[in-house]
Amino acid sequence: MPVQMPDINLGLMLPEILVALLAMALLLLSAWYGKEGRGTIGWMSILGIGLTALAIMASGGSGETTFGGMFVDDQFSRFMKLLLCVSTALPLLISLNYVREHKMDGGEYYVITLFSMLGGMIMISSGDFVMLYLGLELMSLSIYVLAAFKRGDVKSSEAGLKYFILGSLASGILLYGISLIYGSFGSVSFIDVAQGITSAHGHLSPAVGLGMVMIIGGLSFKIAAAPFHMWAPDVYEGSPTSVTALMGVMPKVAAFAVLYRVLLIAFPGLHDQWGPLLQFMAVLSLAVGSFAAIAQTNIKRMLAYSAVGHIGFLLIGLATGTSDGYQSVLIYLTIYIFMNTGAFALVLILNQDGIGDNLTDFKGLAKKRPYLAMLMATFMFSMGGIPPLAGFIGKLYVFMAAVKAGMITIAIVGVLFSAVSAFYYLRVVKYMYFDEAESPFSMEVSATSQAVVVLSGIIMLVWGVFPGSLLAWTETTIRMFQ
Amino acid sequence: MHLDHYLVLSALLFTIGVFGIFLNRRNVIIIMMSIELILLSVNINFVAFSSFMGNIDGQIMTFFVLTVAAAEAAIGLAILVTFFRNRATIDVEEIDTLKG
Repeated sequence: MPVQMPDINLGLMLPEILVALLAMALLLLSAWYGKEGRGTIGWMSILGIGLTALAIMASGGSGETTFGGMFVDDQFSRFMKLLLCVSTALPLLISLNYVREHKMDGGEYYVITLFSMLGGMIMISSGDFVMLYLGLELMSLSIYVLAAFKRGDVKSSEAGLKYFILGSLASGILLYGISLIYGSFGSVSFIDVAQGITSAHGHLSPAVGLGMVMIIGGLSFKIAAAPFHMWAPDVYEGSPTSVTALMGVMPKVAAFAVLYRVLLIAFPGLHDQWGPLLQFMAVLSLAVGSFAAIAQTNIKRMLAYSAVGHIGFLLIGLATGTSDGYQSVLIYLTIYIFMNTGAFALVLILNQDGIGDNLTDFKGLAKKRPYLAMLMATFMFSMGGIPPLAGFIGKLYVFMAAVKAGMITIAIVGVLFSAVSAFYYLRVVKYMYFDEAESPFSMEVSATSQAVVVLSGIIMLVWGVFPGSLLAWTETTIRMFQ
Repeated sequence: MHLDHYLVLSALLFTIGVFGIFLNRRNVIIIMMSIELILLSVNINFVAFSSFMGNIDGQIMTFFVLTVAAAEAAIGLAILVTFFRNRATIDVEEIDTLKG
């Protein structure tokens, strides 16, 4: 019996194929080069990501699928993949020095980063739960390794171990949810599941609801939304700072893309169920992000809790169930990438001077290095949502979408928590500008870190005042979900 | 045999796995075993659904899950080895350098 082969259009997967080939080639090359030439591997991987971004921009984004609907190439995947490239390339650029100084530049560091980016790209383009799971695992397994990358360091290996255990549990929960959905509809494809839900006319078995909640729970772990955030502070603190910078943005972009796909393509008929669930998680994340961060003395832990808070805002946008809300999430996420990477770039720069990660290490930075302090203040103000910086625009659009969708209480709660969180962002500014310096701050700032920090700072200002380009771009992206 | 039997078995294994992770206070290896148990319980679910519905997707998914579980175990054990080298223990109670 001849086997019927489905139409496979490999052209749609060109960016993924590029990244995979690049990662494997660089792995061989790093073994070939030996100790000396390994610095170039980092540059090659950054160039490769740039090429991939070009390939993504050249792709049509026409909504075509390949591998029998398992792989989707549409406007949304194009946008999210570009974000993913940015959120991988920027942390790599700022960590070139750090990686070299901490002797982590065996070439594997960059290769594993590329593989985790590949996993994220597969997640973004997934058209069914199999691809979702495989992409998620490729991304997560790579990041577990990166978290434990400083082998001789107690904290790093402990962070890796904790992330691995809790991450595997989350994948297990996600998988169990997928199996229940598969059992209810007899298919793992997002579109088939959506059709199954509409044709059931409200008579769904409880297994569907349970499966959906478990899938959302598993994915919330990856974005560190409360109550699945317990790993974040420990893993952020323990991991090498360059990895924390990556971990703060890249997996979140991919996991949010998957949440869009699952909630808006597979479960649009169940918005009445997942809407309130996301609202609950959003408020909880905001509360955790605002109050727990106040008590922190380590800047990486503080940024971990602040990330939980930002996820709260993003979930509000998603919970609205309107296209305004979906657009506001993309706006916020794009801005968040630059502001988070910028803040981590400054933490990395200070780290070179042998200063620890404590908040008090920022004391008096303004007197010695006024220009670095000004940039850090920009990122802190932006995270706190103070106009005219981009962080304010992100929050504004989320709240506007929430009010339009009738979630006025949630919007008010969000504004209040935002005010609370401004306290700990402003505390960093206070340390920098109003306290006496305890260290000489004589570190050198590498050209790449400087470029990334300045670029992010400029973007904060530009999008804060003229958000028009970002609005137009996200609007065309979101049109396919209407 | 009825489909329910398989589902109950798988739900039980899943629960045992989750409790194994949270109640176990001794050894990280036991946590690894619990994770495997969770993944295998999912496989039972997939195979049972697949066989009762006459749909092959679930069995294909099972192969993927098995493969990923092997990779996951390898990476988990590798991280555990680096942890053991640093701390000379794999006691769950001792994983406390980072306070959270």
